[in-house]
Amino acid sequence: MVVPACRDGRAHSVREVGLFPMKIVVCVKQVPDTESEKALRPEDLTLDREAVDAVMNEMDEFAVEEALQLAERTGGEVTVLLMGPEQGADTIRKALSMGADRALHVVDDALRGSDAVATSAVLAAALREVGFDLVLLGCEASDARTSLVPAMLAERLGLPQLTFAQKVETDGTEITVERLTDYGHDVVTARLPALVSVVEKINEPRYPTFKGIMAAKKKPVRTLDLSDLELDATEVGAAGAWSAVDDFTVRPPRAAGELVKDEGEGGRQLVAFLAGRKLV
Amino acid sequence: MAEILVLVDHLDGDVKKVTLELLTKARALGEPAAVFVGPGFDTAEGRLAEFGAGKVYVADAPELTSHPVAPTAEVLAQLVTSREPAAVLVAGTAEGKEVAARLAVRTGSGVLTDAVDVTEVEGCLVAEQSVFGGSTLVRARVTRGTPIIAMRPNATEPEPAPTAAQRVDVAVALSDAARLATIAQRVFKPRSGRPDLTEASVVVSGGRGVNGAENFPVVEELADALGGAVGASRAAVDAGWYPHQSQVGQTGKTVSPQLYVAAGISGAIQHRAGMQTSKTIVAVNKDPEAPIFDLADFGVIGDLFDVLPQATEEVRARKG
Ligand SMILES: Cc1cc2nc3c(=O)[nH]c(=O)nc-3n(C[C@H](O)[C@H](O)[C@H](O)COP(=O)(O)OP(=O)(O)OC[C@H]3O[C@@H](n4cnc5c(N)ncnc54)[C@H](O)[C@@H]3O)c2cc1C
Ligand SMILES: Nc1ncnc2c1ncn2[C@@H]1O[C@H](COP(=O)(O)O)[C@@H](O)[C@H]1O
Repeated sequence: MVVPACRDGRAHSVREVGLFPMKIVVCVKQVPDTESEKALRPEDLTLDREAVDAVMNEMDEFAVEEALQLAERTGGEVTVLLMGPEQGADTIRKALSMGADRALHVVDDALRGSDAVATSAVLAAALREVGFDLVLLGCEASDARTSLVPAMLAERLGLPQLTFAQKVETDGTEITVERLTDYGHDVVTARLPALVSVVEKINEPRYPTFKGIMAAKKKPVRTLDLSDLELDATEVGAAGAWSAVDDFTVRPPRAAGELVKDEGEGGRQLVAFLAGRKLV
Repeated sequence: MAEILVLVDHLDGDVKKVTLELLTKARALGEPAAVFVGPGFDTAEGRLAEFGAGKVYVADAPELTSHPVAPTAEVLAQLVTSREPAAVLVAGTAEGKEVAARLAVRTGSGVLTDAVDVTEVEGCLVAEQSVFGGSTLVRARVTRGTPIIAMRPNATEPEPAPTAAQRVDVAVALSDAARLATIAQRVFKPRSGRPDLTEASVVVSGGRGVNGAENFPVVEELADALGGAVGASRAAVDAGWYPHQSQVGQTGKTVSPQLYVAAGISGAIQHRAGMQTSKTIVAVNKDPEAPIFDLADFGVIGDLFDVLPQATEEVRARKG
């Protein structure tokens, strides 16, 4: 397991005396807009991305906002990392307009059809390439909703996993998060470098200002392909996927049932319906 | 027959219903072997045996629960290597999926999430996945390593098959990486005594129409009368009327109960994504045009503050 170089390997001690800003990388994904109907393409059983409008995964807006706030509080620099086709540039620009400093865009035709395993391999390689103290992600992408990438990345990079965070605090050396659980939350601590995924409601993502939008145009965006990351095309995309879709069926939409207007008996009518279905 | 490993979802030995569902499914696919990580096996043993876990691998070293996720993945990885199971089934919860993710990378295995069924087709396991908010069913298989399948809670009817559970202790030498994050404190919110949202067979949810935290008891009382859990729309959660853990929808929980009651919820696509696979849907809304009525089996156009209390009273009366 490779532990990512914290730049020169001495970053902790140097940063403790405030000489180096914290290097934060925030991973953002471009996804189809929820309002548009999603469908699989019969030809290759992948999501039909051309048929839909693309937006920044909403959860990742919270991750970008948290990165910006941590950078503002602790002194730091924010790099955006996105893997995806050319049009992902729109999502990168949005993150830069919000205030991120620079971006890394991994684009390669061979990436088409990548599953979480392949995506995490590519993101891990890109993260090793840029170096970081803190990696931030959304806890889930709204398209496939697998929620696998953050934990896979932590495993690949040998990083402390601080996922589903509803609160993050760091002084640039130690980090503490509140990890949302079904019973409440866990307080989880680690030393940097670390990986954090955030839940919505952790903050209020800012809107890009006009000034931010203008400034974003001048910010550096580096584009990388697989060869830059020394990855093989057989490890990614549909070729490198560790699972395969056999076929799919579209469920017929639910039909509307009986509708009554409450004229003083609505509650009793509701329960009579439930009783008819043996639900009470 | 090969073993099917089932990761037990539990809190100090209190076994979650989803585990019983996984054991039921595992019995149809091979020999179910439960994997119990953490303290509390004595409490759990009876339940696991009742649902057919003939063998239980127990890893209860204290350090396994003082770090999140990674230790459990390492216990499973060790068993995958030594036992060569035909599959690993985990609960499709946030934590279950994270364990699956790390296990997949560690063992070089494919992972499938959102499974609502698993069957054997010509010697290969095929999972049926419910995707895009339940609008599409996908059949998929793992093509590398040991299939790791995260199953949706409430997708299988748990059926008892009593047996004696043979305890097999496993010792795991954790990697340094698994110890990097430490759980310093667990904070429990007060328990409501209601069933878990994703496991409940009845869910009653309130939305913006509930108009304030102080009014949520109207929703809670109907839920209690029906023995159900309470959910909320994002609008209600964002307003601070109900906790985040109760949110149903695209960025909240996916629920698939026998009965879902939506009160004061318009039925936005992001909300529907989390509840439209419910068996029966009932809606109460003032607005006859509310989109929630398009998918409701029964709808009442009316004020929830009239309809819900009357329904609660009627349910109580019928139950005597
Ligand atoms: C990326 C993204 C993710 C999202 N994720 C989720 C999610 O996970 N879950 C979720 O729920 N939403 C989610 N949303 C938000 C979603 O789009 C809606 O805004 C939200 O579901 C609306 O909640 P609501 O139905 O309670 O409120 P409204 O849409 O405001 O509806 C309130 C309803 O209550 C009715 N009403 C008012 N008073 C009464 C009364 N006294 N009696 C009866 N009826 C009454 C009204 O007629 C109205 O239909 C998401 C949005 C985005 C953009
Ligand atoms: N292609 C990608 N590029 C950059 N970040 C990604 C990509 N896919 C997933 N992520 C990150 O991983 C998080 C969880 O995604 P997922 O595991 O796919 O649900 C997202 O919120 C992003 O932060």
